[in-house]
Amino acid sequence: MKIGIPRALAYYAYYPFFTTFFEKLGLEVVVSDETTKEIMDLGIEDTITDACVPLKLFHGHVRNLMNRVDYVFVPRLVSVNHEATFCPKFLGLPDMVICSIPKLKNMLEVRIDLKKSRFELFKLCMKLARRFKKGFFKAYNAYLKACLSLKNYAHQFLQGGIPPLGIVGQKKNKAITLAVVGYPYILYDPYLSLDLIKKLIDMGVYVVTPEMIAKEDKQKQVGKIRKNLFWTFSNEVIRTAYSLFEKGSVDGIIHVTAFGCGPDFIVDKLMEIDAKKYNMPFLTVTIDEHTGQEGLNTRLEAFVDMLKIKKAKKEAALA
Amino acid sequence: MRKVSFPYMGTSYIPFKKLLTSFGNEVVIPPKPTEETISFGTKFAPEFACYPFKIVLGTFVQVLEAGADTLVSSGGVGPCRAGLYTTLQEKILKDLGYEFEMITLEPPGRHFRDLLYNIKKLINAPLTWRDYINITKFVWKQLVLLDKVERLSHKVRPVEVKKGEATKVYKKCVDMIASAEKYGDLREIERECELLYDNIEKRDYEPIKIGIVGEIYVLLEPSSNLEIEEMLGDLGVYVERSMFLSDYTISNAVMDLFHMAGERDVKKTAAPYFKEMCGGHGRESVGNAILFAKRGFDGVIQLSPFTCIPEIVAKSILPTVCRDHKIGFLTISLDEQTGKEGLRTRIEAFVDLLRAKRRRTKSFAVKPQVAKEMA
Repeated sequence: MKIGIPRALAYYAYYPFFTTFFEKLGLEVVVSDETTKEIMDLGIEDTITDACVPLKLFHGHVRNLMNRVDYVFVPRLVSVNHEATFCPKFLGLPDMVICSIPKLKNMLEVRIDLKKSRFELFKLCMKLARRFKKGFFKAYNAYLKACLSLKNYAHQFLQGGIPPLGIVGQKKNKAITLAVVGYPYILYDPYLSLDLIKKLIDMGVYVVTPEMIAKEDKQKQVGKIRKNLFWTFSNEVIRTAYSLFEKGSVDGIIHVTAFGCGPDFIVDKLMEIDAKKYNMPFLTVTIDEHTGQEGLNTRLEAFVDMLKIKKAKKEAALA
Repeated sequence: MRKVSFPYMGTSYIPFKKLLTSFGNEVVIPPKPTEETISFGTKFAPEFACYPFKIVLGTFVQVLEAGADTLVSSGGVGPCRAGLYTTLQEKILKDLGYEFEMITLEPPGRHFRDLLYNIKKLINAPLTWRDYINITKFVWKQLVLLDKVERLSHKVRPVEVKKGEATKVYKKCVDMIASAEKYGDLREIERECELLYDNIEKRDYEPIKIGIVGEIYVLLEPSSNLEIEEMLGDLGVYVERSMFLSDYTISNAVMDLFHMAGERDVKKTAAPYFKEMCGGHGRESVGNAILFAKRGFDGVIQLSPFTCIPEIVAKSILPTVCRDHKIGFLTISLDEQTGKEGLRTRIEAFVDLLRAKRRRTKSFAVKPQVAKEMA
């Protein structure tokens, strides 16, 4: 039996778990092709105009998969911890997909709501295994392997690598260090983010993403905003930014956001106001389906050059 | 003495003002949103902020200029962005150099102690229990009455003979309610309002019926939806809005206190299409659209601020819902760029289509007896 996993949205944050689990369960996992213009166009055809690009892309990936697999895996991410939920677009994702793509008949809708207890994920996995008529021990084994693979994935990030982009490690002796903050489904999709991270690395920048910051550092920032944000990914982003403001370990922050992204108007403005306070260079890059390569290149080059000059001046003054 | 102000939303400023003054505060009445308000809002708000955020921010700038030192606004538990409005607005306004205190009233279900603490800050007059009861009774009656006269205006406007009469009467009623002092006055005013509406000369025909669903702020504040209800009424359409402030207060503040979900029937109706709560009024929009269809309405209009997330989810689902229930559907995104004439053209076209559809289905409709014979 073939399970199709669309390469969009939650994929980039949790794919080692999904893929390992289904594989160890004895199912064939098919991940949709890497994003191309065709996939984007397929997605745009089906969605309403004011949806954000990642959402349109998800529809495209579902279209890419639906005719060659038995089930298309569409998760309904409700929560992965007790403090926050996800963007409403994640909560209503299966409902939207089924209405926007009427031809889709083989959707595997999985509701992921883990806030109640530590065992929710285990229970969910068992339920899924029962659905495919797999035994308890096989499922338990698959669950353990999946957890391990997710842990390994997180560990790779902490070592300075970016596994979804195929970057194993970065050289430490770069001219400047930049934090690129944003949601995993924008940053790690090379087509959507116009290969922003690799471009920066080629310019001689050591790139830090939210996943590379240790959990403890992020946890320290919990009380900094008067009210916790409601969205898990947004909390990651803003806590990363705040912990970097405090430590001052980076030379600048680039926020990558999608046009019309709901949560980001709050995240972006909060960061912008506080970046001013901490004197941290801050650039917002907004991406949509029409963003051109050259415009982005120019902005990135200008930002990086400015930071390099600033750093050189500072070092000269110190010497 | 605190100088308190709050966001402007429809006619809700009348009961709020009464409530806050009787608690011993000086109230700076927020001005009705105009071009100026919106320009303040768009100037200081982030680009992708939803339209209500911009209007409220603009209003806050205006009232702070007018000397307010305390702002009261609502909170929320998400995942709709509205729950974080005050966090960001406070930050933006403080960054601009204004000094004030922001009081966020969170829903009582999860933040009961916080809510009490905040309400206590607003009570600056010695009041007895009897006073509290009287104030609540009066304010609640005022709120309910304001909703009632608005409902009546929707009912009368499409069938009035002389155009504009219902609007005139509505304005007069609002003024009367605003000037009331005692609970007894309100009862008299209620009778008088009913009489005023009764006296309007009406035509006898069945107007096209359209239900309006969507996000609460753009539904309740006419200046943010370009007075769409009036526009539709003048075209001879009976408009029914899915949401009124008094119903909303009951289902979201009072029911929440007892940890009960409000508007259960609406949510149940929406369930086949919309299985998960996703904040804001996304699910209510879908549920209400189905309810309108079941009650024999001709069309549904969805109003949403540009980039409103729950409404985007609803917007993806609503076309399918309306096709399944054979009801017309039009969606309107509102932001500071929306022009009134463009909207009027779209609405006129929509209403014309609905009229044509009704004529067609009527002439082809099989009479019940014939249907029985055929079966």
